[in-house]
Amino acid sequence: MANNLSGGFKAYLFRDLLLGIRDRGDLSKPLMFFLLVAVMVPLAIAPEASKLSAIAPGLIWILALLATLLSIERLFSEDYADGSLEQLLISPNMLMMPILGKITAHWLVIGLPLTLLSPVIAIWFSLPTSAMVPMMLSLALGTAVLSLVGAVGAALTLPRQGGVLLALLVMPLYMPVLIFGSATIQSAVDGLNWLAPLAMLAAFLAVATVLCPLAISAGLRIAKNG
Amino acid sequence: MTTHTFLNVKSLAFERNDAVLFQPVDFALKAGEALQLVGVNGSGKTTLFQLLTGIYSPSSGSISYCGQLFNDCRYEYLSDVLYIGHQSGVKAALTAEENLCWMSPKNTSSEKISAALEALGLGEYVQIPCANLSAGQKRRVALARLMTSQAKIWFLDEPLTSLDKQGVELIEHCMSQHLDQGGTILFSSHQDLAQVKTRNYRLEPFVEVA
Repeated sequence: MANNLSGGFKAYLFRDLLLGIRDRGDLSKPLMFFLLVAVMVPLAIAPEASKLSAIAPGLIWILALLATLLSIERLFSEDYADGSLEQLLISPNMLMMPILGKITAHWLVIGLPLTLLSPVIAIWFSLPTSAMVPMMLSLALGTAVLSLVGAVGAALTLPRQGGVLLALLVMPLYMPVLIFGSATIQSAVDGLNWLAPLAMLAAFLAVATVLCPLAISAGLRIAKNG
Repeated sequence: MTTHTFLNVKSLAFERNDAVLFQPVDFALKAGEALQLVGVNGSGKTTLFQLLTGIYSPSSGSISYCGQLFNDCRYEYLSDVLYIGHQSGVKAALTAEENLCWMSPKNTSSEKISAALEALGLGEYVQIPCANLSAGQKRRVALARLMTSQAKIWFLDEPLTSLDKQGVELIEHCMSQHLDQGGTILFSSHQDLAQVKTRNYRLEPFVEVA
């Protein structure tokens, strides 16, 4: 029975990581998007440190959100097309663990690199160095929530690749993450206590980790049935 | 000797978009027996496989495994099933070896994996991503699972598509070996097998009884 619950997490995590490494070109697109838009902003607004640092907390978060959204729609559509989703659905084990494995892999190839790249953008936008650590922590936690919630949308929009419908479904659910994510950075910039909004993000992550896989497995079964 | 009945399907019916797909299906799969599913294109052969693997739920009728109903023994039943469909689950970005390793039971030794690929004539292509293989070779990668799986019940949906003559012979050999070991096979195919003794089951289009 123990095997029944835990089966598949590691297998799917490693397979999706391997696929991610093989498909480097496709996966680097969201990261390139993240960097390119960040380069555009100072050109379009004004290259003044005061103006840029004022919009930086919100902007970094919006970019992270869009970059995640760009990449999440591929999470299940390829598996659907090549038949591996069918094989997943007929495996005797519960779907939760394989799904969590896939999402963890997605975070490792999208969310984690975004988090690691963010200091570059922070310097670009003359964000004070004191806000660097809170920013990275909020991105690390927040992008994981974005991956989990986005995966629900990706499962529900199968067999089509989500596109605009996915964005419409998922955006409202992304709002709390956006609010508390940028609040974490803003509080750090203002010298306020930034642990409180960060704790909210951690709470979102805990709830999403438990609930999203349930919604996703239901969504995948409907997708295959519909 | 009484032969063990693995699977018992009783008046299984399926409705999609308010249309009934085929006449209610009744058959039993016994150890050492192969059943060939025949029927015109669109008669619902693939859907029947998906009903039998629990991807769809039937609108009426029952599936029982070793005397127990599907819902009571889902874990045991599905652990004992190997299903290879039209889309075989072969990942284009992975090599033949990685694909087979991933699709085989957890503790399959690497010798067994390379032996299976060797037997299917993929020895030289083990390290090449499957995207660069031909359709027939991809099919062979998927079918290599037949050699590593421990499942007793095989569901093969058009296993012989895009295989060459020699490939067909190989798969037939695999199938008859499986039957000799007390397994059972349900497969769909539009061609008759030379080496394997099969019964036919014809899926008939649904006719309303007045």
